[in-house]
Amino acid sequence: MKLVVCHVNLLDGTDFSCEVEKRAKGQFLFFKVCEHLNLLEKDYFGLSYTDSHEQKCWLDPTKEIKRQIRSNNWQFAFNVKFYPPDPSLLTEDITRYLLCLQLREDVATGRLPCSFVTHALLGSYTLQAEFGDYEPDQPRPLDYINQRTFAPNQNKEMEEKILELHKSHRGMTPALADTQFLENAKKLSMYGVDLHQAKDSEGVDIMLGVCANGLLVYKDRLRINRFAWPKILKISYKRNNFYIKIRPGETEQFESTVGFKLQNHRSAKRLWKVCVENHSFFRLNSPEPPTKARFLTLGSKFRYSGRTQAQTRVASSLIDRPSPNFERTSSKRISRSLDGAPVISITEAGRDTTENGRDPHLELHSDSKVKEVDLSPGDADATPTKQSPGASELAPSQSPMRVHGDNIYVRHSNLMLEDHDKTQDEVLKHQASISQLKRSFMEAPPPSPPQPNQWEKRLTSSPATTIRIQQQQVASVPQSEADAADNRISDTKEPAKTTEVEIEETVVVQEVSKAPKPGLVTVTISSPEMNEQEAKAEEEALVAEGAQAVKQESISSDSESEEEAEYHPNVSVSISHTQIPEEKEEEEEEDQEEKEEDTSAPDAPSLPAEVIKPEEAICQEVEDSGRGDAEEKTSAKEEKESEKETETSTDDPMMTPKEAPNGLDLHEETVSEMVAPVAAEEEEQPKVNGEASLVEAEVRPQVICCSEPPVVKTEMVTISDTFAAQKTEIATKEVPIVHTETKTITYEAAQLDGNGDGEPGVLMTAQTITSESLCTTTTTHITKTLKGGLSETRIEKRIVITGDCDIDHDQALAQAIKEAKEQHPDMSVTRVVVHKETELAEEED
Amino acid sequence: MANICQYGSFTHAVVRSIPETFGGKAESGDGHENGDVSVDLAKAQRQFGCLTGALRQKVGLQLIEIPPDPELPESWRIEDVAVIQGDTALITRPYKHQRRSEVEAVRRVMSELNVTVVEMGAADGDSGGATLEGSDVLFTGREFFVGLSSHTNRRGAEVLADTFKDFAVSTVPVCGGARLKNICSMGGPDTIIINNSDGAKKTLRMMEQLTDHHYEVLTVPDESAANCVYIRGPSSRDFLLHRPAEECPDSVSAFQKLQDYTLLPTACSEASKLGASLSSLCLLINRKHTYF
Repeated sequence: MKLVVCHVNLLDGTDFSCEVEKRAKGQFLFFKVCEHLNLLEKDYFGLSYTDSHEQKCWLDPTKEIKRQIRSNNWQFAFNVKFYPPDPSLLTEDITRYLLCLQLREDVATGRLPCSFVTHALLGSYTLQAEFGDYEPDQPRPLDYINQRTFAPNQNKEMEEKILELHKSHRGMTPALADTQFLENAKKLSMYGVDLHQAKDSEGVDIMLGVCANGLLVYKDRLRINRFAWPKILKISYKRNNFYIKIRPGETEQFESTVGFKLQNHRSAKRLWKVCVENHSFFRLNSPEPPTKARFLTLGSKFRYSGRTQAQTRVASSLIDRPSPNFERTSSKRISRSLDGAPVISITEAGRDTTENGRDPHLELHSDSKVKEVDLSPGDADATPTKQSPGASELAPSQSPMRVHGDNIYVRHSNLMLEDHDKTQDEVLKHQASISQLKRSFMEAPPPSPPQPNQWEKRLTSSPATTIRIQQQQVASVPQSEADAADNRISDTKEPAKTTEVEIEETVVVQEVSKAPKPGLVTVTISSPEMNEQEAKAEEEALVAEGAQAVKQESISSDSESEEEAEYHPNVSVSISHTQIPEEKEEEEEEDQEEKEEDTSAPDAPSLPAEVIKPEEAICQEVEDSGRGDAEEKTSAKEEKESEKETETSTDDPMMTPKEAPNGLDLHEETVSEMVAPVAAEEEEQPKVNGEASLVEAEVRPQVICCSEPPVVKTEMVTISDTFAAQKTEIATKEVPIVHTETKTITYEAAQLDGNGDGEPGVLMTAQTITSESLCTTTTTHITKTLKGGLSETRIEKRIVITGDCDIDHDQALAQAIKEAKEQHPDMSVTRVVVHKETELAEEED
Repeated sequence: MANICQYGSFTHAVVRSIPETFGGKAESGDGHENGDVSVDLAKAQRQFGCLTGALRQKVGLQLIEIPPDPELPESWRIEDVAVIQGDTALITRPYKHQRRSEVEAVRRVMSELNVTVVEMGAADGDSGGATLEGSDVLFTGREFFVGLSSHTNRRGAEVLADTFKDFAVSTVPVCGGARLKNICSMGGPDTIIINNSDGAKKTLRMMEQLTDHHYEVLTVPDESAANCVYIRGPSSRDFLLHRPAEECPDSVSAFQKLQDYTLLPTACSEASKLGASLSSLCLLINRKHTYF
């Protein structure tokens, strides 16, 4: 492997250099930098480089660095890429500190314009944060101040004002000073606005500003137009033209397209990319997978690949580490706390990664896995080979509960919805991905002493049974918690003789009131097979470790050449997800652990050979490491359990007895059985890929013009039989959720094919009804899975109500449940999620 | 932001008395504007007295009254000559030449009040054609809207944007009235009062398109009722000076929708004949800055 030294200019002005393999991807370097900085909330940041035309570009994490920089100048800058509209929602002080550093630079260079008083005020908070209280007898206070640049036109008067205000901050902690700094900076009108030079259709010079809320048009310093993201239907560029298609206003009938001219096609593309990324980050719950290769597809397939803000907030809420020490100063080198232990271990990890071409972060992750396995006495429980009765009980009793995670809960929360409207597999995978994410968070600062200790303590102090109970509780928390191990457990359970099928009808009532107007676009989705979607997602395995899935806006894109590309930001809502890209990522990561040189998976998604790898990886991991990391995951779960408001319900005298025997059987079979479904999936995927373009076309939402009929499609699955409802009730901890009913219906299903291996089907209907002020989109999503002798059918119904007026969600919910019951009288409603979303801008004010 | 206080918090009001030449034609001015209206000077002065009385006694502001100058018949429209936000006052460049000397007295008062004075004309060559009058400027507490009217041009708006860099400055066409403030004004921190003429609605739509914020909109049926003066008084009480029922019979009920407001009906019929309104008569300043 050829190594190259990268130089990264950090926000405090210092340089960070590290060696990377010549073919390393952007994210590899980025993660290295984040580890060096001890930064966990990294999604707001990015690496930039200067291209051969002296333009600042963002380094795409999913692509090879070498191909992007196109020069031998491996020089980068670490910068804030997405300015959080409300920095107080950031979890860690260190993140806020880095944001402050960026803003100080923005302000000092004039990129973020502000008035004299604001300059002075921001400067005074900077002094307070970096120097502490004002000391009157400090030698020549004006000396240190005039060496610093606070403003582009700094003068004596301003410096005096800064000092005067600094005096008034006496006693303010550095963290508070940073917070105050950000509270003031965030209100500036140009905060987080990325300006691009352009000309309007008449050739007049204007500036286009991309920000969290949309696209702003400035002429000189005046704002002359604004296109909020919800108003934009499509963003595209062609050569040096940049176009946005605008949703028709209340009085208009047709959408209009606004075009701007940029200097050249590179700037047009750069602007387009920034728009795609900003839209995805701030408006989507999860990133849209990049477009796949299709027939005749040329052009940019670029999509935002990181976590969205929603995802990163969830992820941040899971951060559980003592706030790292760092020294706030822009004049000194980074303090020891940053250069200390973590960095050392990072370097080690880094070495590995360079050797293997792996992600450092993954490396760490596996490291600590091993460690935790060593630590944890409960480990044995999860190891299939040991076959301890406890363990065998554990697995099945836990999986059914989660699998049939039959809670009905009503939740009003912004970020919670994604997990609830998934099929069981999704939930599992999602959970896996969350735990993955969690692990990556926990482990990113490598052997950080407090972490393992806490876990260890918990694990050792709690007898296996306790753990088990906790697992159970956690298990039924659809929100997160689960993990790959559980996933496997449940997989293995299914091949066993239990002819158990879960029918779950999920009614998701999602209020989206963020769109200022009711107009919603109907989306046609016909995705024949869940697995296909999964496969697709797998292939596209994103960088993100994000943990969410439900998109409320989806994107379709197509493009004809590198010179142009399109992006549909707002195409509504009704994609129901079967797949969780993040999970794929995990698989891919595992995959990467297996395959030394498997770097191309995300980039070349549609190659069957690569698609298979993740599956192999799973098998292998299952076989090799067995439940090695189960314990770790358990602890992760406990962890989460304590920190998440989770709704769980267990109380299942029926269930446990019933499941346990199965479980026992199962468990013995674990390893061998486990391989089976995996292999099956494996087989399936090439086929999927064969169909890829077709599937793609179908899965992609199509914008249906408002003049066209709103009803989209398709079919109903008939369910032959249902019986045996089980009630589950799990003790609840501090839960903001209304628990209404839980039920599992099992029935004997007809085999889908001789093979008997999973052929899940996804059928969806989508319907949009638009009234004056409300738009209701209903998507029905039926999943039928057959694995071994097991079949499960799940119907998910997502109802998205968009409107600019208040929505009586209780009524909507009642209606949805009623309808669901009427339509499928023989099934039960197992889960109800209400997700209410309001305009971001308003929230954050 | 540094200079954001609670919107509408003011400590001082600056007014300029009605001169005897009130209603007189400004030479070379656009004659039609006030050519054929007959105004009652005494009544105008009484109304002015009521306004200042309300500001001082009801609202509790310190009142600074600049003596009238008969040479400057329109100097009572003091709103036009300065835009004040926080501790910065932008001395404007009125459209009419003969009004430009009105700024001098106001500039002096601003300096005495320790307000940072920014000159619109002074900035090197910036005056080149820039005109701006305060009655075309709506400050919402979060951003500025500048109405492009016969008296205010884009260059003027740019100077304003340069002066108040913290805020977004959006330009909107003024439809349905001569000045932006004739068709709308602020009725509270997040409330825009607007009349229901088609032009005003058009302007409002433009403002809604341009803003990142959400404002409540209070629509009033009488055209002249849309110009009010909102002040958050010292004891955090909300005051609204509005046109009385005699002048705007249909709109009073709309104002009563504003909860817990102290409504101060203030007559303004004479100034109104000259195209001015309540807000034209005063400049409001907050000299009690808190930065935190």
